[in-house]
Formats: sequence, structure tokens, C-alpha cells
Amino acid sequence: MDDMKKMVLDYVRREYLEEDDDRRLDETTPLISGGIVDSFSMVSLKRFLEKKYGIQIPDSDASPAAFDTVNAIVDLVKRFKRQ
Amino acid sequence: MTNIGSYEDRLENFDWSIGEKELGYKKDDKINVGWYCSDRICQMGKGEKPALIWENHEGHCRYFTYNDIRQLSNTFAAFFCALGLKTGERICLFMDKVPELYISFLGILKCGGIAQPLFSAFGDESLYMRLHNARTAAILTQRKHVAKVRKIREQLPNLRHVIVIDSEGLPLREREVAFEMDRVPRVDDWKSHESTAETPSVMHYTSGTTGQPKGAQHVHYSLISQYLTTRWVLDVKDDDIYWCTADPGWVTGTSYGIIGPWANGITQVVLDSGFSAEKWYAFIEKFKITVWYSAPTAIRLLMKEGLEPVRKYNLSSLRHLCSVGEPLNAEAVIWSKEAFGLPFHDTFWQTETGSIVITNFPGMPIKPGSMGKPFPGITATVVNPQTFEPVDNPGTVGLIALRPGWPSMFRTYWNNDEIYKSKFKNGWYICGDRASIDSDGYFWFVGRDDDVINTGGHLVGPFEIESALLEHPAVAESAAIGKPDPVNMEVVKAFVALKPGFAASDDLDLEIMNFIRRKLSPLAMPQEIEFVDSLPKTRSGKIMRRLLRAREWGEPIGDISTLEND
Repeated sequence: MDDMKKMVLDYVRREYLEEDDDRRLDETTPLISGGIVDSFSMVSLKRFLEKKYGIQIPDSDASPAAFDTVNAIVDLVKRFKRQ
Repeated sequence: MTNIGSYEDRLENFDWSIGEKELGYKKDDKINVGWYCSDRICQMGKGEKPALIWENHEGHCRYFTYNDIRQLSNTFAAFFCALGLKTGERICLFMDKVPELYISFLGILKCGGIAQPLFSAFGDESLYMRLHNARTAAILTQRKHVAKVRKIREQLPNLRHVIVIDSEGLPLREREVAFEMDRVPRVDDWKSHESTAETPSVMHYTSGTTGQPKGAQHVHYSLISQYLTTRWVLDVKDDDIYWCTADPGWVTGTSYGIIGPWANGITQVVLDSGFSAEKWYAFIEKFKITVWYSAPTAIRLLMKEGLEPVRKYNLSSLRHLCSVGEPLNAEAVIWSKEAFGLPFHDTFWQTETGSIVITNFPGMPIKPGSMGKPFPGITATVVNPQTFEPVDNPGTVGLIALRPGWPSMFRTYWNNDEIYKSKFKNGWYICGDRASIDSDGYFWFVGRDDDVINTGGHLVGPFEIESALLEHPAVAESAAIGKPDPVNMEVVKAFVALKPGFAASDDLDLEIMNFIRRKLSPLAMPQEIEFVDSLPKTRSGKIMRRLLRAREWGEPIGDISTLEND
């Protein structure tokens, strides 16, 4: 797994799961549609990504689908890093 | 042909006994909502009819007939009684939208308890506040949420039992007990608690401008208006497949996600999944949903995804759409006609009202953006905010007011009768919202009359957020308001003055956001934090949220004569 995926996965695990939550998370786990990160909490995840990677994600691109998996998130971040 | 038929005829001939007769209830009978939602339907010969079809985000489905929910709710009731839970004790439900949530709700009512559903995304502080205030005796939860309960358990001396519904493999601690609905022998024969009309049934916590959230107490007689509004506003018929997207942690999810549909003996479907437009449309197609009750925030999220995903699915089963929680903007009504061939009908009500009070009715022309008209049996008006007399002229803005006495009106705020009484002025229950009535009798929402924030259709109190902010080591002062949001109507914005030694930064911004999200809930999390040197205060030291809000919304600032500093 590349570093960015690992970073995002670790952040999601740390911020959005309780200590005793033993659910397995990987880069394909549905985060939004799976109920792990709700649409309100997505804002803090977006803020983290913007700060961590020095990017601005327009609200129009910050859809539940774009944030639904770590893979999708990393694709989104890489797209904006290139710009 | 709609169930309500002619609105005008209903207005003329209305009495709540219409609902009573349809339910077979007579004054002074025993009335137990749990029984009406399961046993009665079975006695009508519909025991084998599907009551609940549930699907999770992985596509795993479960099916429950009315006889299943009758027996399983009996089983829960017997279990609660065996634990020694007494009549009138509060039993909290702290779960995702799993079948156990819906069925145990009936079980609590059948054993004579008071059901206290709480949103499973609440952080430990929000959970603590509500359990402490209600002196809750037991909580049902899932393994994924039990950590939050464990964190606060020692501070809750009244909490005798923590019941985990999916504990396999989880080491349980002292006074925690497992109860797996599918593994225990079902109880077929159970005598439901002999509740009367005024026996407390359900308690929902709701936020206000001042202080912490308060427990709005409902009674079993609320069934009458919940049953009848489901029939006449949601227009449910015997062969409908009904989907209410609301979580039972909120009043919509109990009044119209459990009681209304099941008292009407219809099949309802539940999707236990986070939001996804494609998943939602696939769900509607798969189960051929006919009546859909959702929220403006969700509708706007669907609008954001556009018409392309809509066209990929066969949604022709849909015949009636309603929305709840916040005003439905005209654009959403128009879009839904284009997307689904049907408009969403806006419905207005509150935790305190227990059922729909002002609404758009099936068959009645919708004025996009309007709240609609009062439900028959509800006397509604707008009153002058100083005199609490009905305003004279159409179009004049005032406070929405209801004549007390409809069946599902809340009976008190738990342990806070003083605040409860303050909601009634000049013979009217004052909702806390402002509106006007046009010359055709349609109500038009203007806004809240207080500082409560309506975000995504849920009310959040600024005091709760500000108190939590003050617990962060960097925060000296705080104020929370709602700021406009195109999807959620409002989102929380916090103004924060920092203690010496702390400096504003992106890191601190994110840290405070997550601090509030974990402590309170994702809804209460400020989506924007503005670091300020000081907050506008009156000379007596009260923070002037009104000023901050007016600046944010571009509204007139109003009287600032009491402002401490210009």
C-alpha cells in the first residue's frame, strides 16, 4: 500500500472508529456508504486532506462518492495535487 | 383516490375519534403502542405480511413478518422484565438502524418502559448528558458503540444494565449482558403492559437556545395522531412499500419510522447504510418502494448528483413523496418532479408535536416552498411575538402557534416543567419558528425565532456546542451559530477566542473540529471556525449571537445599544 493510502487509512481509523471497534478497514472499505464516516464528518476529513497535502478540494468535488473509499480519496487528492 | 379525500370536507367534519375508531380504541381503554404495532395487526389476519425488510450497505437482507415482530418484541419485553426493569424506567436504544432497534422499541413499550432512542453517532459527552438527565436504567447497544458507553458508565449510577445485541467474541464487563435476538427462544404469549392514554411512552431529546437538550415526553395516546397523519399525509395504503429514511434516534424515525407505518399494518423497508445516491435508487428499484419520506438535505444531495444516476434505475413504483426536518426549498420540489415525476410534499412538525401539524397534502396543489396547511384537528396560526395574539393580515410574519390538545403533543420536558410551561403563551403552544400565512391559507416558513441551529434537518443547541468548546484547552470564549449551507440549510460555525499561549492555525482548527465531533456529534461539529480576539457581548456579559449571525447571513444587525464595545 502506498504511503498516502496508509496515511489516510490510519487517520480514518484513528478519528472515526472507537478504540474497541475491531472492524477491518482497508483501502476498498466503503467509508461513507458503509456508515463509518457520515456526510457531516466528511468535512473534517476533507479539511485534513487539504491541510496535509496542501490542496483545495472544491465543494463540488467533495461528494460522498469521491470520499467513499481510501482508494477514491487518494485518487481525488492526487488529482488536485497535480493542478 | 387519496386516503384524505377532500381536505375541506375533512376540516369540517374532523374529530380525533376518527383515528380512535379506525384503531378500535375507545376512551379509557388500555392503549399500548407496542401492542397496536404488532399484536393488533396479527389479530387482523396479517401475521404473515412483511412488516420490516432490512438491508445493509453490503446488500445483506433480512425479512420480518408482523408475527415475527410480535414475537420478537415480546421476547425483548420479557427480557427487560426479567432484568428487573420497572414500569416507567427509561431504556435507551443506542444502535445503528438494525432490526433490533426497531423491534426492541416495541418491546420496551410492551414491558411498560419509556423508550429513549438516541442517535448512534452521538459522542460520549452527548450520550452522558442525555442518560444522566433521564436517569436511564438500561441501554441497548452494539459492540461498535459500547466503548462510548463504557467511557461514561461510572458517572451514571442509575444505569444498571448495558445490553449488547451483537456481543459474540466481545469480552463483557461487569453489569454488561448479551442479548442476541435471533438466538434466544421466542416468546409467543406476552401480556403487554396495560398502559393508558397518558402513560409515558417515548422520550426524545431536543435542543433549545439555552441550556442543554431537553427530553420531550410523549404518551401512548400519541398513537392516534401518528396513525392518522401516516394515513392522510403519507397516504399509506395496504399494499404500499414504505421507506422512511430517518434514523429512529430522531422523532421522525419513531413516529413515522416505527409507529405510523406499523400501526397502519404496512410493509416498510429500511436501508442501514450511509448516503449514496446510487445505493438509494437501487434500493427503491429493488423493493419497488411506493411511498418515500425523506429529508431536504438528502434531496439536495441527490440533486447535486444530478439526473444521470436517476435514469439508470426504474423508479416507476414511486407514487407519493414527502419530506421533513427543514423547509423544502422550491427548487427541490421542482427538481423532484423532473427526476421522479412527482413533487416532494413538505411536512412541518417538531419533536414536541410528535406528529405532522402543518403540511402539504396528497391531492392538494403544492405551492413550491410552502409548508402547506394545518392538519385537520390542528388549529394553527401565526401570532405577534409581543402579544401572542394571531396576526391580522395575510403575509405578516409571526410565531407559528398551535392550540394545545392534539393527541401527540408532548406532555412535558423531563424534569423541566418550568421550561415546558414557558412554551405556552396566551393559550397557544409556541413552536419557536417564524412564518407567515398567505391569503389562501398556506404557511410560509421564515426562520427560527431563537438561536437554535437547524443543520441537515436536526436541531442543535448553541449552548451545548459552546460548553464543549470551552472544554478544549486552547479555548477561552466561544460562540456557535448557524451559517448558510446549500445542502444542509445551515451548518455550525464557531467563533473562538483563544487563551494566551495559543495561536490560530490550520492544525488547531482541525483539532477543535474533531474534538467537538467526538465529544458531541458530527452534526454539532463546527464546519468553520473563525478565530477572533474577542466576542461581541452585552454590557452584562452575554454573548450576542444574534449579531454574529446577522453578519454571517448578511442581515440587518438590529439594535446594538446593549453592545459592550462598538
